[in-house]
Amino acid sequence: MLRYVLRRFLLMIPTLFGISIIAFIIIQLPPGDYLTTVIAQLSAAGDLVEEDVIAGLKAQYGLDRPMHVQYLKWISNILLRGDFGTSFEWDVAVGDLIWSRLGLTVTLSVATLLFTWAVAFPVGIYAAVRQYSWGDYFFTGIGFVGLAIPNFLLALVLMYVAFKYFNQSVGGLFSPDFVEAPWTWARVQDMLGHLWVPMIILGTAGTAGLIRIMRANLLDELRKPYVKTARAKGLSELRLLLKYPVRVALNPFVSTIGLTLPILISGSAIVSVVLSLPTSGPLLLRALIAQDMYLAGSFILMLGVITVLGTLLSDLLLAWLDPRIRFDD
Amino acid sequence: MPVERQLSAEDLLLEVRDLHVHFPLDEGTVKAVAGVDFDVYRNRTLCVVGESGCGKSVSAQSILQLVDRPGRIVQGQIRFHRHDADGSVTVTDLAALRSSSRALRAIRGRHIGMVFQEPNTSLSPIHTVGNQISEVIRLHLGEDEEAARRRGIEMLERVGIARPAQNYDAYTFELSGGMRQRVMIAMALVCSPALLIADEPTTALDVTTQAQIMSLLQELQADFGMGVMLITHDLGVVAEMADDVVVMYLGQVAEYGDVDRIFHAPAHPYTKALLRSIPNLDFDQDIRLDSIRGMVPDPFHRPAGCPFGPRCDEVIEGRCEAENPPAFSLGEGGSVRCLHYEEVALS
Amino acid sequence: MTARAMESDRQEAINVATQWQLMWWRFRKHRLAMTSLVIVILIYLVALLAEFLAPFTPDEFQADYTYAPPQRLHLFLETENGLRFQPWVYGYKVEIEEEALRRVFVPDEEVIHEIGFFVSGVPVTLLGFLETDRHLVGPKDPEAPMFLFGADKLGRDMLTRMIYGTRISMSIGLVGVALSLILGILLGGLSGFLGGQVDNIIQRVIEFIRSVPTIPLWMGLAAALPTDWPPLRIYFGITVILSFIGWTELARVIRGRFLALRTEDFVIAAHLDGVGQMRIILHHMVPSFLSHIIAALTLAIPNMILAETSLSFLGLGLRPPIVSWGVLLQEAQNIRTVATAPWLFSTGGAVFIAILALNFVGDGLRDAADPYAR
Repeated sequence: MLRYVLRRFLLMIPTLFGISIIAFIIIQLPPGDYLTTVIAQLSAAGDLVEEDVIAGLKAQYGLDRPMHVQYLKWISNILLRGDFGTSFEWDVAVGDLIWSRLGLTVTLSVATLLFTWAVAFPVGIYAAVRQYSWGDYFFTGIGFVGLAIPNFLLALVLMYVAFKYFNQSVGGLFSPDFVEAPWTWARVQDMLGHLWVPMIILGTAGTAGLIRIMRANLLDELRKPYVKTARAKGLSELRLLLKYPVRVALNPFVSTIGLTLPILISGSAIVSVVLSLPTSGPLLLRALIAQDMYLAGSFILMLGVITVLGTLLSDLLLAWLDPRIRFDD
Repeated sequence: MPVERQLSAEDLLLEVRDLHVHFPLDEGTVKAVAGVDFDVYRNRTLCVVGESGCGKSVSAQSILQLVDRPGRIVQGQIRFHRHDADGSVTVTDLAALRSSSRALRAIRGRHIGMVFQEPNTSLSPIHTVGNQISEVIRLHLGEDEEAARRRGIEMLERVGIARPAQNYDAYTFELSGGMRQRVMIAMALVCSPALLIADEPTTALDVTTQAQIMSLLQELQADFGMGVMLITHDLGVVAEMADDVVVMYLGQVAEYGDVDRIFHAPAHPYTKALLRSIPNLDFDQDIRLDSIRGMVPDPFHRPAGCPFGPRCDEVIEGRCEAENPPAFSLGEGGSVRCLHYEEVALS
Repeated sequence: MTARAMESDRQEAINVATQWQLMWWRFRKHRLAMTSLVIVILIYLVALLAEFLAPFTPDEFQADYTYAPPQRLHLFLETENGLRFQPWVYGYKVEIEEEALRRVFVPDEEVIHEIGFFVSGVPVTLLGFLETDRHLVGPKDPEAPMFLFGADKLGRDMLTRMIYGTRISMSIGLVGVALSLILGILLGGLSGFLGGQVDNIIQRVIEFIRSVPTIPLWMGLAAALPTDWPPLRIYFGITVILSFIGWTELARVIRGRFLALRTEDFVIAAHLDGVGQMRIILHHMVPSFLSHIIAALTLAIPNMILAETSLSFLGLGLRPPIVSWGVLLQEAQNIRTVATAPWLFSTGGAVFIAILALNFVGDGLRDAADPYAR
């Protein structure tokens, strides 16, 4: 087990490196560099840009150096000092902007993941055990519909219905009183009251996918001889179902976290824009449109890192659940 | 129907009568078992032999109603005689019970144990050996964790597993195929059932392991005094293990009798052909082994008349295509489904 | 012919059927997939013949009719000679809503606009070479308003724009999948065929790409496309970005097939018979997994369409004057606008139907690709 954990941690390093490269490329992609933007902004504001300020900034970000040095400078600033650079648009350190938004992104994604599981697991079992029943067709149908509606459209439709028929605005994660409030129990409760809307929107497609996975896995497992062995022992159907095939089918199910999490984080970006949630999505979009590249790059970097960490956790969970993986080294 | 033999009725464990198992599929109904009769006695081994697809496994699995969907028993009786410690006998028709009923579950694993073909896949890959064994003990004997563990380890030792206490906590993928089959046998016998059904228990194993498992079964039978129903396609195994033999062809019992009679005076043309197709050390080297002409027919298209007719060398023109022969008694409990024995039975 | 002879004929037909015939027979049994296939074909026909099918051109506007609601289409017209088949719609009149003090359109029951078939309208070029001014349907009087799906903020016909959007959105699926396929076949094939270290590296790359949240990445890359690019180049830029991430799934399928086939008896037999490497790949391996690839391709198209729609919706993908489903839905981004003009959603219906149909066809193909499996 220890060896597996260790190997898994080592495997993570090149992935993280790759993500940082991509984020860096995205920062570099727009024409002109950071400094050009700053100078343009300063001049636009009518300020005189002094040569030594420019030189100072150049040195700070290593802009006069070759690309790989710039990358090293950027990444070591992040790793060693937690300095993600400065947002031009907001004129504050990127670090100050992203953490609370990333935190809420993680909260939303994890909540959605749990919701997805809570629904998909029992429904998947039901659909497999009662294959081709009315309920199975019903859930399969819902599943297809869930897969075919883009998240943002679902969000729009829900908002429309809430606005039109209940005269309510379902956007945001907090009531107006709590938007700027410090974290208190009341604020958490307020957030939970708002969380379910994006959770359902974001979770529908994933739930549909997971139901199909759970159903298919369980159908495979139900045909395995060990189920018959368990039945021949005299176990009751429910008990043997839960102890054997469901337990075995749980493993591939757990391993889907690795696939689901990127999709959730990815999807939350766009749903958050529609619902104007205070998560990463809207700010990332704004940063991209304003070409506030350090902010955008940092978001992309950190969203990638969160995904990788989530995948790591799911792999470790899987190893803990499945002795075959634990022993296979 | 088999005539009562010298065997005492007290030793009777299982009577299967006119069993029919059908699989309704989109393409048509497969009559996997089409009217099968046989008996199993305490302390005796019944071997069911036949080619693949002849319905021998389905017959065996239908006793505990373990046939895969959509297969189901459509007709017939499976009377299980339960002998209690006080000498009383209760007879239950297993075919009449619902497959998930409490009554049937109380018999599964407790009074009838079952061993399957594939030890690799018949055990759960993610539970320990001990977990899977103790489960049966706790379920049927109501023992606590501790006692179940002791009994389980004892049983593992009994079936010849080295370092039983250690292997009790092992996962099944850490064991060899032969070891796994021993675990399966331990699991099936740990509640000392009166009847053991072994469905091709050695097909997936290599030859040496096969022999070991077979002698283990013989040993255990001597110890526990249980009846054994052994499904196999291997006539060698039959010769070694069987007291009584059922030869199946296309879901019917072609021939039934005790092992000596079947080997020395086979009656059914199919039995004869089967026996001709096994290698024999006494034969001359250059004699070719016979194979049976033709193929087992498509399950959706059973031949009219005698099911073996199209492949039979002794066809009676005009009759075998038309009549599916009933079972004719051969005396001493033996029977055969072949028109050639009509007169024998009459006389 | 006796039943038995017929049966044996059928058996004979199955025995000699080609792989494609078997696949088709199996696919045909899948009723949902068959219906969906018809729908998909219809949608692509719409994309192909947009100029002819749409009553107007996408940029044609009638400023008097901004946010005009959809008209109810009447099929029969009452004349002196009784009912006759003649589709028509009422005209619009403007009323002022008392409370909100805003203009609303209501049907003007005094005015009837007849709708004709093959009416002449704005000249268009069909299929790139056919000059015509005929449109399948349209108002007989070119000046008359006809907004079956309503009008947008500039008074452009939503139906027309949706039909034109079909072309961009459905084709971006095809082009994107084609690009993904090239990458997928190249890298997946290399990975599966060469195995070893190459396989290892490519697999790591695939794992890596799959572990990155795609939408933020797409957003980042799409935002980097210069805003002054001409529409066509933006279109290709977006397609390249989508397929840059989309190829991994195809590569995975192709690799899996290669690996599975490498040890198949017929491939080994071909090797033993001294058949050349290239010939084995092209004549023995590719035909036997082509069906799987086609299924995987079909399932990849809806994802591409969804991705384009999402990006354009955010304003990072295609931009006006290009008309795609995503661009159209962008107009529905503001909930207050949508509340007064819910017909802006109608494009969502098109997306939904297209994605659903493509998914069903893909599922059906995937099931049919294994004619021997149960």
